[in-house]
Amino acid sequence: MLRRYLERFNWLDFILLMFRVVILVAIAIGIFNSVRAAKYTDNQWATLVFAGLAQGSIYALIAMGYTLVYGILLMINFAHGEIYMAGALTVVFIAHIFNDSGFLNAQPLLAILIMIVIAAAVSTILNVVVERLAYKPLRGAPRLVPLITAIGASFALQYTFRGLYGAQYRAYPEVKALRELVTVFGYKVPLVQLVVPASALVLMLGLYFFVERTKMGKAMRSVSEDKDVARLMGINIDRVIVITFALGGALAGAAGVFNGLFRPQGINFYMGFFPGLKAFTAAVLGGIGNIAGAMVGGVFLGLLESLGPNLILEGLGIPSVNQLKDALSFTMLVLILIFRPQGIFGERLAEKKA
Amino acid sequence: MAMLELNDVHAYYGNIHALKGISIDVSEGEIVTLIGANGAGKTTTLKTISGLLRPRQGEVSFEGEELTEFPAHEIVYKGIAMVPEGRGIFSKLTVVENLEMGAYSRSDKDGISSDLDRVFTLFPRLQERRRQVAGTLSGGEQQMLATARALMARPRLLLMDEPSMGLAPVLVESVFETIQEIKDEGTTILLVEQNAHMALQVADRGYVLQTGEIVLKDSAQGLRDNAEVQKAYLGMQ
Repeated sequence: MLRRYLERFNWLDFILLMFRVVILVAIAIGIFNSVRAAKYTDNQWATLVFAGLAQGSIYALIAMGYTLVYGILLMINFAHGEIYMAGALTVVFIAHIFNDSGFLNAQPLLAILIMIVIAAAVSTILNVVVERLAYKPLRGAPRLVPLITAIGASFALQYTFRGLYGAQYRAYPEVKALRELVTVFGYKVPLVQLVVPASALVLMLGLYFFVERTKMGKAMRSVSEDKDVARLMGINIDRVIVITFALGGALAGAAGVFNGLFRPQGINFYMGFFPGLKAFTAAVLGGIGNIAGAMVGGVFLGLLESLGPNLILEGLGIPSVNQLKDALSFTMLVLILIFRPQGIFGERLAEKKA
Repeated sequence: MAMLELNDVHAYYGNIHALKGISIDVSEGEIVTLIGANGAGKTTTLKTISGLLRPRQGEVSFEGEELTEFPAHEIVYKGIAMVPEGRGIFSKLTVVENLEMGAYSRSDKDGISSDLDRVFTLFPRLQERRRQVAGTLSGGEQQMLATARALMARPRLLLMDEPSMGLAPVLVESVFETIQEIKDEGTTILLVEQNAHMALQVADRGYVLQTGEIVLKDSAQGLRDNAEVQKAYLGMQ
């Protein structure tokens, strides 16, 4: 018995197992210490939870674009963060025009809807253009080629927008109605932190409905399973690909506006880089190619970033935890890739025609 | 005039010369079968008709129209549907969704729903499992689904690639019964089969392929009686 066990013993597995145990124990100790220290009030924790939900739903919206494109083309569109930036940054100017004319605060709902539509349009068009120019000619090339092209497209877009709008930071104007505090479960929360997750949820449910129920959505799922058989059905693969990029672009554009409303910090041409990587993390976490997975992954990541520093890291005695948000997200990306590369809901990548 | 005509078709996979000048014709209302060993070019022939493979030379015409100009996704609009090799069902879609994809090329809602009833009459098993994800069906049911899906396009010509492959003998019988029924309803069929014995029983005519060339063409009866065919494909001495 013992001998058989020793024969199968493998140092790598052992180290990975220990690694897992250490991480879980550290998380448990961190949470235990933080809770015992009782440094923060319930209200403060609630604030973090709602902020995390809002941030997470923005990640989830961007993650849709990664997961949809991967589902169809088995390709990671690394320029997707820039697609998000393009809509958000273009609409900053429109938001200021609306603000200066008083329209934004007089008719906030209508003004924000118009902003979302414009941002979605900009991101959609740009995503489709990038697909036509950069990815379509490489259909059939080895999978590494479009990946590298995507990274190139990402830089090209960043510096195009730097050229267009300059490098300075610009903030979205404040919408007074969204700053009002509302009471949820006895906690006071700014309205924006409810509006953003709720609107994101509506958009994502809309996407889910589209993919599950409509003829085009079913065609998308067919193409993701077997392109040749889909063509035999009369499905124009090229059209499905364009629609996929368009949908991903539209949601990224909307996410850009939500981000501007939610976070007062200024944005510039570089704003898409980190959220893009994080949305990618969210998509991988949920199981890339899986829409519901990306939704859950995004929200989980938002909550982890929001709660993690104070809940886990502080209890471990790590100093200045709030600067470690990004480290926390990307550590998680690495851990998922090591321990569960297929994500929460995903099937093993090897099973797909990888 | 024949409904489908292939004239001196050459096709390649990379540098491999897979079809070396194939000429076949299928007339309306017929079942024509292509028999031959693995790698003889049977599937390749179907692929050049359905547009998945573009021939490098030669013509493929259907009802007088040249098909090689059109991309694969437009061929079904011409009236040709295919039951692909290995069935090719969409395993994550439900049975009904698979059938809806079969009717993707159509927009006549009433016609689609009456055809749905028609395939459910032909395959009652599929109706029982209509909400089930297709990947959970048995092999025989998946074959029914692949056939039903192709019928949903309401084709005038049905291409079938190895419909009996991997099925138990009892199911093979029922596959060929279905083929006969489809023919009786007026659909022309081009059938590729390794099971030459069964294929030659339902077919009107047949072609024998060998390494990308047609070596024999005759009526099904003629092929059944041919000593070479008996020896090589029917397992008789």
